Amino acid sequence: MEVVAIHQISPDQVILFQWQWITINATMVYTWLVMAILVVGSLLITRRLSAERSLSRWQNLLEVILGGVRSELREISQEDADRYFPFIGTLFLFILFSNLLTFIPGYVAPTSSLTTTAALAILVFFAVPLFGIAKLGFAEYFKEYFRPNLLFFPFHIMGEFSRTLALAVRLFGNLMSHEKVITILLAVTPFFFPVAMQVLGLLIGIIQAYIFAVLAMVYIASASQAHETKVSN
Amino acid sequence: MDSVSIVAAASIIAAALCMGIGAIGPALAQGQAVHSALSSIAQQPDERNSLTRTLFVGLAMIESIAIYCFVIAMILVFANPFWNYVIKKAGG
Repeated sequence: MEVVAIHQISPDQVILFQWQWITINATMVYTWLVMAILVVGSLLITRRLSAERSLSRWQNLLEVILGGVRSELREISQEDADRYFPFIGTLFLFILFSNLLTFIPGYVAPTSSLTTTAALAILVFFAVPLFGIAKLGFAEYFKEYFRPNLLFFPFHIMGEFSRTLALAVRLFGNLMSHEKVITILLAVTPFFFPVAMQVLGLLIGIIQAYIFAVLAMVYIASASQAHETKVSN
Repeated sequence: MDSVSIVAAASIIAAALCMGIGAIGPALAQGQAVHSALSSIAQQPDERNSLTRTLFVGLAMIESIAIYCFVIAMILVFANPFWNYVIKKAGG
């Protein structure tokens, strides 16, 4: 059974419900599914947290994941990363779960549509100046754009836009192309190769979720770093 | 040749060339990246975690160039914007 037909390129084109101006396509439904799994799962697990040695296994799992994300962020930003942790952690968990649930038949990753990945990249695009201004203040943050030389201003602006585009297209390209390859392989050599490709797809999904979160953290950290030329001996 | 055939032939050839040529650069670059990562790990085995992490981030960045080419090829074959226009015109 196929949600996205072979001539369609993303789940955006699979329209499930239409009434006047309200259109519900498959991307939205699967996004809601991932959101529901994350929210309901976390609510159920954190209902009875315990600080003693005997934890429930789900609490242990959450602690492992969140502790891992936290230590990664601390290493990248070289400082206490708790202010970036909710944003980057949510990005990572959402992309991770939407990529990993592809082993369920009939599920299409919502991140395999350019709209979802563009939305996530736009979030990062706005988060970088927000975190930078919150840390450095308006004047210091905007002075960074002119930092080596006044002539570098257009390059910094172009860099911001191209980084955002690259984030969106990288995640979209990886997932969409993987789904298409599996669809085509199913038509050509069913049974063994599509299964092997789907296992590879799980690995690719995990790596892409990690890359997205790490790159978002690197952009935020590099924009929030104050220029320390004034501090000398 | 009518425009339908021209669009079809051009899209197919462009998609194949795009993916074929576009995979050369990233493949060479990834080979070089893994080469340096391996020699660094051999030189400093206890930094292995940080080196592997940096290697994966670098590989994903290089991979994204090949992915851009793949996306263009997929769009040309599956979501060709000129195909519908030319079909509509040919249909009259």
